[in-house]
Amino acid sequence: MKRFEGTEDYIVSPELRENVNAAILLGRPLLVKGEPGTGKTLLAHAIAKDLGKRLIVWNIKSTTKAKDGLYVYDAVQRLYDSRFQDKDVSDIKQYIKLGKLGEAFVSEEQVVLLIDEIDKADLEFPNDLLNELEEMSFYIPETGETIVAKHRPIVVITSNNEKELPDAFLRRCIFHYIEFPDEEMMERIVRVHHPDVEERLLREALKKFYWIRSLDGLRKRPSTSELIDWIKVLMVGGISPEMVAKELPFLGILIKQERDYELVQRHANLGGRRIPLRERYASIY
Amino acid sequence: MPVFTDFFFKLRERGVPVSIHEWLTLQEALGKGLARSNLLSFYYLARAILVKSETYFDRFDLAFREYFQGIETPEEIIDEIIKGLEKVPELVLTEEEKKLLDELDLEQVRRNFEEQWRKGRYHGHVGGNQAIGTGGTSTQGAFGYNPAGVRVGQGYSRHRSAIQIAEKRRFRNYDKNVILDTRQLQVALSKLRTLLPLGEKDEIDVEGSIDATCRNAGELELVYKRGLTNAVKLLLLMDTGGSMEVYTELVNRLFSAASAQFRDLKYFYFHNCIYQDLWKDMERSEVFPTEELLRTFESDYKVIIVGDASMAPSELLEVNGAIDYWYYNDTPGIIWLKRIAEHFPYTIWLNPIRRTGWRFVRSIGLIANIFPMYELSVEGLESGIKYLLTRNSNDFNNLTKNSLSFG
Repeated sequence: MKRFEGTEDYIVSPELRENVNAAILLGRPLLVKGEPGTGKTLLAHAIAKDLGKRLIVWNIKSTTKAKDGLYVYDAVQRLYDSRFQDKDVSDIKQYIKLGKLGEAFVSEEQVVLLIDEIDKADLEFPNDLLNELEEMSFYIPETGETIVAKHRPIVVITSNNEKELPDAFLRRCIFHYIEFPDEEMMERIVRVHHPDVEERLLREALKKFYWIRSLDGLRKRPSTSELIDWIKVLMVGGISPEMVAKELPFLGILIKQERDYELVQRHANLGGRRIPLRERYASIY
Repeated sequence: MPVFTDFFFKLRERGVPVSIHEWLTLQEALGKGLARSNLLSFYYLARAILVKSETYFDRFDLAFREYFQGIETPEEIIDEIIKGLEKVPELVLTEEEKKLLDELDLEQVRRNFEEQWRKGRYHGHVGGNQAIGTGGTSTQGAFGYNPAGVRVGQGYSRHRSAIQIAEKRRFRNYDKNVILDTRQLQVALSKLRTLLPLGEKDEIDVEGSIDATCRNAGELELVYKRGLTNAVKLLLLMDTGGSMEVYTELVNRLFSAASAQFRDLKYFYFHNCIYQDLWKDMERSEVFPTEELLRTFESDYKVIIVGDASMAPSELLEVNGAIDYWYYNDTPGIIWLKRIAEHFPYTIWLNPIRRTGWRFVRSIGLIANIFPMYELSVEGLESGIKYLLTRNSNDFNNLTKNSLSFG
């Protein structure tokens, strides 16, 4: 069997590659978490592309029910049709529409199924899918039919950590946490967006950016997209690298919460000195 | 001693919630050669299978380092073991056996295992296996090896690389020493529900449709009705006093759990004790009079007050007792609290201070006589919710009358 190796435009770390292959071989769903903008969703696209398989995407919303992924029975249409004689309404099958999971099951060849942002749905949603994902089959009472997966799909599930997922569900997954890009990687990402950024400015901005991210007690750490915006403003505003090194111009672009803003300022004012312990851990129980 | 079983226990010791289910999955993966006979791959594989949250990565690193560093043998041994394991035929368990394994008491497993080991049952097997058993049935499980059977080479240590990664402890910042997880809070809060037909008419009313269709002389007519939704109205009153600062994270979690759960959630802030004003924001810039709260909010609101209830008795009992020197109150705080308790019969007080510390603070006792007080923890919240639904709770009475009596 072909192993997943990554694609030209999606570069994977060795451990992510190993984990993807482990999940495929073990037939378990791969649960991917990570900060926004680390390429969780793109991973499924890359797997499908690299292995030459069809990708089925199931986007989860707050109103999504587990059953929606299996099938929908359109009883109303059937009722309406029953008034005219042009269709055979005793054939219930035509009113059963398979959901994304059902679609993946009946596919003639193995597919990649992406369940995107599973944490958006109701608290019990993952538990409702446990059995279907494990047995790879479900029953449709309306037709008395059991849909069994012809080929076990490669399941990739992403989560943004909005809700904690149930233990029973987690036990069955292979887990991968996509780490935030390191400085070297980030440099490459920024250059894609701002090819003409001045070398020294980029250095100083990255240094400051990672310094802020390393602070204890931040409620929301700045992410890639905020860094890209920040560097753009620095470029447009004609800010010198020295100034970036000395102070923190346009900090508001990186930090959106007032409390975090104050925290960063306080650290910056202290220079290298440490903030008293009591203050630093004020936000942690 | 066997190598890997101890690693499992080391993880548990470190507080990584690894289940036997996952442990068996790891074994299956090793059986399929996924560790590629090297420790670095093993490190990532084991982490992906055994650890399901980045907040536990650091503890995993600690356990890994502690465990594999402690072995003062060349890396060949470990590689041999892994290679040996791959030769072990794949473990096939029935659903029942899996369930049994899930229910196993770890101590029992360990005792049983050690006994088996002492009996020397597995000597002479390279990369042999050991028993994870439930008495008689002795389900074959996990890993083991016999040092005598493995060639002890001299070479340099290739497995250091994996340990070095563990040593870096890059995930230290993710470990928040989770005391109370949001999911548990949400689950507890989700019990607080009263289902009523509310919102959009998006469900078919079968009875109604049949009726309407009949009246329509058989011409199909569909009638829709409102689905059942949680109609509970929740009012959160939160203390932002200085002494509450240390509990910010905890209160935030409760708040985020609650806001995800209730459609009708109102919240206000106060400082140490409630007087004639509440505030709409944490910075206390926008005032909302308490009197208006009592006038405009119906009595069927369920009220959760969150605070440490720790203050000088004067703040509670005296006119102008408020802690802020610029703030004057012509009515003592305790009167305001009693008014709230009278208006909202379904009110509880959640206290982030551990219950064992309550009896040392006089104001806690006074307030616990007005509101049923619970610890801000999963258990506390659960019993609190029970009270909010039924208004009876024996442990509340026991608590306030007995353990919190002040002469």
